[in-house]
Amino acid sequence: MNKTVDNWEPKIVAFLCNWCSYAGADLAGVSRLQYPPNLRVIRVPCSGRINPLYIVKALQQGVDGVLVSGCHPGDCHYISGNLVARRKFALLKNFLAYLGIEPERVQFSWVSASEGSRFAALIEKVVDEVKELGPAKKLVKKGL
Amino acid sequence: MNNIEIKLKDLVKDLFAGEKIDVLIGYENGSLPLRSRPCFVHSAGEVDRLVWNSYCTNNLAVYLPRIFQRQEHKKEETPPPRVGIIAKGCDARSVVGLLKENQVIKENIIVIGMPCSGMIDPAKVEAALDGAGPYSCQGEVDGSLEVTTSSGEKKRLKREEVTAEACLECSHPLAEGADLQIEGEPKEACDERYEKIREFEAKSTEERWQSFVKEISKCIRCYACRQACPNCYCKICFVDQTKPRWIGASDELSNVMIYHIGRIFHQAGRCVECDACVHACPMDIDLRLFTQKLVKDVKELFDYVPGLSVEELPPLWTFKQDDSQSFITEP
Repeated sequence: MNKTVDNWEPKIVAFLCNWCSYAGADLAGVSRLQYPPNLRVIRVPCSGRINPLYIVKALQQGVDGVLVSGCHPGDCHYISGNLVARRKFALLKNFLAYLGIEPERVQFSWVSASEGSRFAALIEKVVDEVKELGPAKKLVKKGL
Repeated sequence: MNNIEIKLKDLVKDLFAGEKIDVLIGYENGSLPLRSRPCFVHSAGEVDRLVWNSYCTNNLAVYLPRIFQRQEHKKEETPPPRVGIIAKGCDARSVVGLLKENQVIKENIIVIGMPCSGMIDPAKVEAALDGAGPYSCQGEVDGSLEVTTSSGEKKRLKREEVTAEACLECSHPLAEGADLQIEGEPKEACDERYEKIREFEAKSTEERWQSFVKEISKCIRCYACRQACPNCYCKICFVDQTKPRWIGASDELSNVMIYHIGRIFHQAGRCVECDACVHACPMDIDLRLFTQKLVKDVKELFDYVPGLSVEELPPLWTFKQDDSQSFITEP
């Protein structure tokens, strides 16, 4: 796809945990809330299941932004998966920003199953921020 | 032969005489000036090979996981060897890390702590001699290093000017918690750290990215940094995995970057800043600039310093209810 065209739309990969954020996204849909269609959702059992390499790999494959969302702290289906993940993500976010990747490209959030409107608002915000940055060029594999 | 070396040899001879160890991992003279290489001593008769000087840069803990790994192809199980290891401050901290991760059998290891006064970086010596290269080294006199260059010239270099970066910033020069300690005067611990990291953080995103690209494009993917690191003991490294294949095999820049991001991130909360990776790198990549960032973050976010206690849980194995979550996006 030619990325220089004016009507460029960002591609965003969203890793959503099965128990909260995925259900939250579902609720947003069922409630007919409007949000930008730039997401490619990947359902994972828990935000703790996400290997930081998934995020880096997604960036290499040419996505413009990555969103990771799980249950709010304390609500994890597996008691503490998201709390362990929180530590990993704090380090990863800092580290990628340190290397010079725009911090808006990799975002983390919490969305519960009842927060359909929060999910829609979150997507709107993330898509807006990534749109502002333009197409991803750093870390993207050549020839993609 | 220096005083510490004599003490060390006596101690090791005693250990062999008392049948306390089967093998000792130490250093012997290298074949190039300013280099000592790791060696394995199996009996009291071999002890005279051992040396202790300012060129013992390698982190010897790197051999431990392999020594203690179960030999699955062998039909009869042989009891694991009892190992003695010569440890500087950083090596001893690596051993603690490996103990924590069950890579070392506690009952089978004797750590001999050395009073480390900082190691000399051969690259810095070479730079100070303007490429003339040290032909031979006469050792240290009054805090400076005497070398003869290839053109026969004798030169004196100030010790602080040729001390390795990691040693200048070393926070734990003494191998605390070692089973045996060789008496001596270690270098003073350094408190002023992370200056370079802060400087780098202050740059703009684009500048940082350009520096990262510049450093990483030197990489030839020889994996020396991985091989030299005591923490990299995985049987199959993520770069070698084929199901799934995380990284393409080519030297395409994004592949190389992901290798380095992955390797460095795997050291989060485990890296003891021994700089084995930096010394091993044939292309002089400034890996310290990136590895140290995670050490700093782990300290700041989780108040954790690796390699100090066997009991304390590593930061990524655990959590606190009130961990910082200022990085979370709120819609």
